[in-house]
Amino acid sequence: MEIFSNLLLGFQTAASAANLVYCLVGVALGTAIGVLPGLGPAATIAMLLPITFGLEPVSSLIMLAGIFYGAQYGGSTTAILVNLPGESSSVITALDGHAMAKRGQAGKALATAALGSFFAGTVTTLLIALFSPPLAEMALKFGPAEYFSLMVLGLVASVVLANGSLLHAFGMIVFGLLLGMIGTDVNSGVARFSFDVPELTDGISFVVVAMGVFGIGEIIGNLQNEAERSVMVKKVTGLMLDKEDFKAIAAPVVRGTMLGSILGVLPGGGAMLSSFAAYALEKKISKNAANFGKGAIEGVAAPEAANNAGAQASFIPMLTLGIPGNTVMALMIGAMIIQGIQPGPSVMTEQPALFWGIIASMWIGNVFLVILNLPLIGLWVKMISVPYHFLYPAIIVFCAIGVFSMANTTFDVYFMAVFGLLGYVFRKLGCEPAPMMLGFILGPMMEEFLRRALLLTKGDPSVFIRRPISATMLVIAALAMVSVVLPALRKKREEAFAEED
Amino acid sequence: MSSLIKSPKDFWTGALFLGFGAIAFAISRGYSFGSAGRMGPGYFPTVLSCLLMGFGVLAVLRGVRQQGAAFGGFAWKQSVKVLSAIIAFAFLLPRAGLIIALVVLVFGSASASIHFRFEWRATLLALGLLVFCVLVFVKGLGLPMPLFGTWFGA
Repeated sequence: MEIFSNLLLGFQTAASAANLVYCLVGVALGTAIGVLPGLGPAATIAMLLPITFGLEPVSSLIMLAGIFYGAQYGGSTTAILVNLPGESSSVITALDGHAMAKRGQAGKALATAALGSFFAGTVTTLLIALFSPPLAEMALKFGPAEYFSLMVLGLVASVVLANGSLLHAFGMIVFGLLLGMIGTDVNSGVARFSFDVPELTDGISFVVVAMGVFGIGEIIGNLQNEAERSVMVKKVTGLMLDKEDFKAIAAPVVRGTMLGSILGVLPGGGAMLSSFAAYALEKKISKNAANFGKGAIEGVAAPEAANNAGAQASFIPMLTLGIPGNTVMALMIGAMIIQGIQPGPSVMTEQPALFWGIIASMWIGNVFLVILNLPLIGLWVKMISVPYHFLYPAIIVFCAIGVFSMANTTFDVYFMAVFGLLGYVFRKLGCEPAPMMLGFILGPMMEEFLRRALLLTKGDPSVFIRRPISATMLVIAALAMVSVVLPALRKKREEAFAEED
Repeated sequence: MSSLIKSPKDFWTGALFLGFGAIAFAISRGYSFGSAGRMGPGYFPTVLSCLLMGFGVLAVLRGVRQQGAAFGGFAWKQSVKVLSAIIAFAFLLPRAGLIIALVVLVFGSASASIHFRFEWRATLLALGLLVFCVLVFVKGLGLPMPLFGTWFGA
């Protein structure tokens, strides 16, 4: 079986002493930053990106992936203990998780989250290993037309499945695409939108945009509604689950994992959508449905498994097609490009050690998560209890120095301030910054593929519908768009997201 | 809000899109457009800026026709303090050096909080952060940040 030799190669890469350490450090740092209320995975990754740039490509991506799981899990811890979900995917966990904590079962809720996530992570790692090769093989046959249509589908889907006004989201995508145009045009050498500023001819670094929008912008937003928060659970005990708990969570975890791995692969999907769907499903079929919202252990198990499965499954399109399904994957792609790796199907064949190393490290990262999180819970509780007004100046300091360190220029720091303001303004206007980030990363690639596709056909746009794969993707994109514009379905979508607010 | 603008969020989002789109469109006109088969550097940006202006117009229209959510207060004080602290850091770093720039950044941004007041515990924390940054980023990672900048003849 080829998959075993591949996984063996992966584990050989990921289990080298250095990479194990990077994975562990990544998971630990990610959890430490991720538990801080108000900092989601995107902000955490953006903040910690600069420290990975000096590493080897494999090590840096392994560490980044570790940061991602850590941040994801850290968000759940905060949701359970303080009822302040740092990110949208933990909103659901907070419902029953925090109710359990109030009843003195915080330990059980945390253990359920950890074990559910671990199970989901293990299954998804296997799924990624199984399905990535055939997908990448198929993607190798893609021409520029297919890639362009795939990106259109990705952008449209990210809007349809996202929260908030459609019109705003589409505008944000286009705005992001335009931001991506800043810098030297590769074909003609013309410096576009550079305003004769030499620093802008290389384009704006995505780290500057991400830190400004997700870091600084969010801090200003948090400062506006600053309120005292108290960690009501000072000491977490009773981390052990008994036999009945295991019985109660087994089926929800399996269902959550399945749902999460399917939804996570979809562009625009990922952790948030998965946890919502899993919770809704459990609420419908669980025997314990009446207790949902009042501290049902099933209500923690299913969404936690689903959000971890979804988060990891979103690596599949990222690794095989080079298409980011959500903001976090967009940041990972940005990091790969900085490391000199062109994301896409060729990564698997040209750099098998890197590709399988990342996959193997996912499972190792999940092991670390369980090992780290349960015994160290006291430390995380301490981190959560640090008051925000002590915390955020330090976060700003690390953002400022991190941005400076990328090119050793203060120019980027000024720009981070600009994007911080922009991020805050967009937040106030009800425009989600995530679609903008996707557009920003995809912009240059989209233009390149559009150019190549039309160059081959001498300007005949029918190539996008004549090639079957490209046409299929465009049709799906169109259907997705029509479906949300239709009044009846639109109402459903709004209802689905209403639960979040 | 005036009675003309019924949904401020939509209206101002549209105005923002329209503004950015118009600027991008004006600049893109300066690059050669080319044709679909041989796109110039201006082709894609022009198409995008037209799209953005289109979305802007739609949002503005919705803003004056449909009743919508109010804007909510804008955190002027907080944003000015946080952003000017960051800008001051960037300005001071090469000139006054890392130590002074960090002190300005930490206390400048911290002053945006309603809980901000001088006390020994917070000052100690700030000093600890300063020492940490100097040790890790300058001594450890060797980032080219002068501890004292050009104003001190470095």
